[in-house]
Amino acid sequence: MKKFKYVTLLITSLLLVLTLAGCGSQPLSSQNVLENDKQTNTITWGVKADQKLIGLIDVKDGQEKGFEIDLAKAITKKVLGKNGKAKFVTVTSQSRIPLLKNGNIDAIIATMSILPDRKKVIDFSDSYFSAGQSILVKKGSSIKSVKDLNGKTVTSAVGSNSVENIQKIAPKARVLQLPDFAQALTALKSGQGEAMTTDNVILAGLAVENPGYKLVGGTFTTEPYGIGINKGQGDFKKAINKGLKEVIADGTYNKLIMKWFGNVPGFNYKEVLRK
Amino acid sequence: MIKLLVDNWSAFISGFGWTVLSSIVALFFSLIIGSLFAILEVMPSKTARVIGNIYVEIFRNIPLLVITMFFYLVIPLYVVKINGFTAGTIGLTIYTSAFIAETVRSGINSVDIGQMEASRAQGMTFWQAMRYIVLPQAFKLVIPPLGNQFINLVKNSSVLAFVAGFDLMYQGNAIASTTFETVNTYIVVGVFYLVITLPISYYMQHLERKLA
Amino acid sequence: MQNWIDAYSWINIRFLLQGLGITIFISVISVVLSFIFGSILGIIRYAKIPYFSRIVGFIIDVVRNLPLLLIIFFTYFGLPAFGFKPDTIPAAILAMTFFESMMIAEIIRSGILAVDIGQMEAARAQGMKLGQAMWHVILPQAYKKMIPALVSQFISLIKDTSLATIIVVPELMQHGQVVYGQNPNYIIPVFVIMAVMYFVVCYALSLLSRYIDHRMA
Repeated sequence: MKKFKYVTLLITSLLLVLTLAGCGSQPLSSQNVLENDKQTNTITWGVKADQKLIGLIDVKDGQEKGFEIDLAKAITKKVLGKNGKAKFVTVTSQSRIPLLKNGNIDAIIATMSILPDRKKVIDFSDSYFSAGQSILVKKGSSIKSVKDLNGKTVTSAVGSNSVENIQKIAPKARVLQLPDFAQALTALKSGQGEAMTTDNVILAGLAVENPGYKLVGGTFTTEPYGIGINKGQGDFKKAINKGLKEVIADGTYNKLIMKWFGNVPGFNYKEVLRK
Repeated sequence: MIKLLVDNWSAFISGFGWTVLSSIVALFFSLIIGSLFAILEVMPSKTARVIGNIYVEIFRNIPLLVITMFFYLVIPLYVVKINGFTAGTIGLTIYTSAFIAETVRSGINSVDIGQMEASRAQGMTFWQAMRYIVLPQAFKLVIPPLGNQFINLVKNSSVLAFVAGFDLMYQGNAIASTTFETVNTYIVVGVFYLVITLPISYYMQHLERKLA
Repeated sequence: MQNWIDAYSWINIRFLLQGLGITIFISVISVVLSFIFGSILGIIRYAKIPYFSRIVGFIIDVVRNLPLLLIIFFTYFGLPAFGFKPDTIPAAILAMTFFESMMIAEIIRSGILAVDIGQMEAARAQGMKLGQAMWHVILPQAYKKMIPALVSQFISLIKDTSLATIIVVPELMQHGQVVYGQNPNYIIPVFVIMAVMYFVVCYALSLLSRYIDHRMA
């Protein structure tokens, strides 16, 4: 029986240590993210891993690449100085806000629109990109605009606000939420839905490889993308906004737009250039 | 948490309903398919045994998620249009049937081989002997492990969430991404799953004790 | 057809194999850890220590009856509330270990129960302490009986790692997502090759377990 007592003791003490560890850590609100990042010389960004042109892991070297990745790197250099490091954690539309609130990441730059609902739980930087929601259909489809979606099935991805928008504008549309946008497109191609909807940049990236599909009806919402930051991090937010302004002012921003969206069919990059 | 439950009551309940429906349908069909392949695996014909073996080994050794995605994305492209719920339930059925086949086969094998021989000697055909003598005994032996398979089935039905199958997990994901109450939402989802699985689990433990 | 050829370029396959490596890494670490914790929990439940065994037993039952997907969510999104912020791979290992320990605990407990009760009594009558009898007499036999169940648990662990893709663990399934993120037309070829990779690993393991079973019988 003695041996079991030891085991009991061991487990109880393990639990105790865990609880204490929990109490010991500082609550997130009392930490200063900017100070922490300056000390470690690193900003940890939550980014997309599977979105072409925006944030996609390169299968050759395992590095994240895309417009948002480059922009995050540029802002990091402005905030922390030339040697500042940007660390990337890959997130999904579903996991990004919980991870920010939990403190796994310092900031989200992952095609996230600035929305009143989201503003209740997190803060946003100034908008760094203006996208708009659009629809993608098979060429020759009878769907010409968002109004035609009533009574039709539309595919999209979990956690994006595209779903709520559609439900407001075309309330009779049925929406299927898939785990990622490539699957949403494949579901469209395999006939699970008649159209796919999300932000135009994302759709344009998908349409590149699928010439049989096109964007129709233009954009029917404006989706200003913002960098997500935890509430109560005023200093960090100021620093990010200042960094973003500098990146736009010195022309880096427009260079990045040209680099990633310069020749994407169905997407007019000139509309998103900043002066 | 209570508010979360009240606000999203209808979503949780409909998710619960789809989960239960999918589990029951998948259980029914996987029992039939599983038993058929179990019999194939013990038939005198070598071809039958090989076919049974290939089926069981393939579907036991590939993740359910891969099987389900395959049915959802590929079948509609070439064969027939099916929605996420149907595709998920088919994936679930096939995956589970491979495990049920293994369970039933071990049940058949543990029925004394002399019984099969004796019935054949009495002039029964292989199928008659199977149907009247061996299977009834085998099923009695495998009730507890089959109960566990059913619990696994209910838990595994959460992959329907990956193919927009409207089940509990899918609703949970949708609720979590609009309310941002991630942890609380999943606690509620967990309780709903336990409502189905825990009673079965305790009943099976009770049965096992009774049979032992 | 061109899609299939492009999808199976060496660079893509190599990337998928890296994912498979992570899948196996996570599974091996988790199975070793959950074997240790599972044994402890299983023995506690078997030993019927007043209250304590009951509580442990109840926790085992609850966890065993939840979908693994939920456990993964809790670990990744819930633990940070207690000041512990695991990266994706440690989070996956933690979730898998937690879940599998409970599964293995049940296997261990029934393995012990399957060893003849008379043996325990005989060992105790010889003057052995309960712990000694457990360690030298009961457990070696119980583990032998449990090998097939343990291996099939390991196989399901490898398959279940695919669920961790939901929190973007860089395992096989997630690497597949990245590969078809380059071009959505790769989606079906990628699913086919992933199925083959999982099958090869899991089937090899099940053959191995049958071989061991055969040798011991």
